[in-house]
Amino acid sequence: MTSALDITRAVKPPRAVFVNFPLGHQTGKPHQPELQRQIVRDAMRAFETITRPGEIVELPYVWDPNDRTWEETDYTAGFMPARPAREAADQTEAARIAKYRQR
Amino acid sequence: MPIDYIPRTRELYRDYAHYRWVVNEAIPWTPLTKPIARCKLALMTSGGILYRDQPRFHREDASYRRIPKDAQPPDLYVWHFGYPTADAEADANCVFPLERMRELEAARVIGELSDPAFSFMGGIYSARKVREELAPKIVGELRSANVEAFYLVPA
Repeated sequence: MTSALDITRAVKPPRAVFVNFPLGHQTGKPHQPELQRQIVRDAMRAFETITRPGEIVELPYVWDPNDRTWEETDYTAGFMPARPAREAADQTEAARIAKYRQR
Repeated sequence: MPIDYIPRTRELYRDYAHYRWVVNEAIPWTPLTKPIARCKLALMTSGGILYRDQPRFHREDASYRRIPKDAQPPDLYVWHFGYPTADAEADANCVFPLERMRELEAARVIGELSDPAFSFMGGIYSARKVREELAPKIVGELRSANVEAFYLVPA
């Protein structure tokens, strides 16, 4: 898959499939398995339909037909949520690891 | 309109040294010699997915994680600094469609889903590091498993 058409056109992988969704959603939206299935099935189909090296197939899925503001803000200043403080992040990490090491 | 991410990246990192984007001329190409329904396929993501107690990534991290093919959603986590990860944390299938690939294997849309899947963190400034450190290791894994095709999902 590719989430950035301009970068992929420069890198030139042998085959690519593009979905015009915000970064972090190339294979769909959370808890929408049918959309995810459709995207992934289309990607598998592209293995056979792409015959020209470097071809990029653009899939027709639309993130939100009523709201395209994400296209103005994706990967611009302020698009990332605030990161947790280092100490809080370290505690979350330690808790995750401890959860499994206790088993 | 699809976004041009190169100018947005330049703007986002305008206080840093000018970044030399990789521009390739040659396009690697191995034709598919049989239907994908008969191929052994590996799933991988650059979205920073972790399994259970695997250590988190850090910036410029060229390491990768092996994610068991049967990994269940509660055991998948995310560490990435380059994209909003809330949705991937809620449902890793957004960037790592492991559940969907298991379904496709069961439905014989693909021949076999290779075990394990792979995850790395794509926020690596050094293309050299990716080319010389990360990619060869992934290729080695794929060759060892006799993988015939791989499906890379970026963040």
